[in-house]
Amino acid sequence: MAKIIVVTSGKGGVGKTTTSAAIGTGLALRGHKTVIVDFDVGLRNLDLIMGCERRVVYDFVNVINGDATLTQALIKDKRLENLYVLAASQTRDKDALTQEGVGKVIDELGKNFEYVICDSPAGIEKGAHLAMYFADEAIVVTNPEVSSVRDSDRMLGLLASKSRRAENGEEPIREHLLLTRYNPERVTKGEMLGVEDVEEILSIRLLGVIPESQAVLKASNQGIPVILDDQSDAGQAYSDAVDRLLGKEVAHRFLDVKKPGFLQRLFGGRE
Amino acid sequence: MSQADLTDQSPAFQLKGSMLAITVLELASNDIERLDEQLAAKVEQAPDFFNNTPLVLALDKLPEAAREIDIAALVSLCRKHRLRTLALRASEPSHLEAAAVLDLPVLPPSGARERQVDLSSKTPAKPAEPVYRPTRVVTTPIRGGQQVYAQGGDLIVLAPVSPGAELLADGNIHVYGPLRGRALAGIKGDTSARIFCQQLTAEMVSIAGQYKVAEDLRRDPLWAEAVQISLSGDVLNITRL
Repeated sequence: MAKIIVVTSGKGGVGKTTTSAAIGTGLALRGHKTVIVDFDVGLRNLDLIMGCERRVVYDFVNVINGDATLTQALIKDKRLENLYVLAASQTRDKDALTQEGVGKVIDELGKNFEYVICDSPAGIEKGAHLAMYFADEAIVVTNPEVSSVRDSDRMLGLLASKSRRAENGEEPIREHLLLTRYNPERVTKGEMLGVEDVEEILSIRLLGVIPESQAVLKASNQGIPVILDDQSDAGQAYSDAVDRLLGKEVAHRFLDVKKPGFLQRLFGGRE
Repeated sequence: MSQADLTDQSPAFQLKGSMLAITVLELASNDIERLDEQLAAKVEQAPDFFNNTPLVLALDKLPEAAREIDIAALVSLCRKHRLRTLALRASEPSHLEAAAVLDLPVLPPSGARERQVDLSSKTPAKPAEPVYRPTRVVTTPIRGGQQVYAQGGDLIVLAPVSPGAELLADGNIHVYGPLRGRALAGIKGDTSARIFCQQLTAEMVSIAGQYKVAEDLRRDPLWAEAVQISLSGDVLNITRL
């Protein structure tokens, strides 16, 4: 049976789609057959980040309405054998999703894939609710700032009470905290919440800390999941996170301020 | 009278306005015999109720055609059924005259709503036996936006309570973790309810409706400490655990 993982946050713009793309790609890189589903109906982005926007014919809503089969709608990644994307509809809104319809699609995907990554829209309304409803695990993406932490906290409450597992009285959703856009320098200056602060408030296990990085924006604009950029700190951090998700013990990196090297100090260069 | 008494300037009385619940006998007919019969039947139904009960006789709702009524006879009829007429409620000149003769105060006709007195429950119901309600125990974090209510008892939380979360209990609240949300104990008015927590960083604490918000709590030297909160009078006391 496939693992359904929702990537959610409550707050917008914290990096849910970037994370969905990176984690999904990372799992596929490690040989697991993975599909990433965009639940952000009406504000479709995942296809851009994955670089498959020109090949979208049918979407999630078409499949729910029975206008297309899953096989027709799934877009195969050009880089990786095991990776597929199910795009959201750009012309519809969240009301096009029904619990029954989403359940059917997720069940069918579950038969063919090892991992189903659900990229949740922001908010706590219907789209976000349906994205997390069927989940087995949740990656809660949080920025190190108070409003994002508060929204994540709210989301964790919903994960514990409004999911299928909660309603059926099954084992609760496994929750992971992914801290993104982390800037150790600003943490030291007291301008940003530190890892410990966020961990203490949310009290869930830390899956990873993704440093604030130029590489993320560049990757998004090029349509290449940042995890494929193995030279970048963000790419490496996502890679570690995927390993932890698969149960490996990996030490956390990029938590401390980088001391500028001798040459860097000499020339005052910045990357 | 002694000299001391004359110089005692402390007031001997106080005038106070007060709202009283009073039974109003509103007449719909001027047939005194019929009234006698029906009153007798009522008395049998609820003997406790007719025990020198103060009463206002309302004549203002009598139908236009039946305004003629012997008020003296009416008052003595009430007396017979152990109802003590305090006043009349009337506006008809003939009624006012009769009231003056009987030396009864007159109240203006009412425009306000009145409740029908329910006589069906003859004896006051015995207070319900206190039911044992097990304490509600929560072991998972309570997140922002979640509300937990322990009805009729205590609430124990063995996990952090996030900002924006709300704990409610008719009894005490215990939090064995940081309390960052709101805690409202004794919400049905139990002033002896208390709040116990390992780390007071609450947005608000309240006992029986008396509350303090974070703005005030923050100034307390016991902020972020393990404390208990109790109510004395209308002051919330925060003491170290």
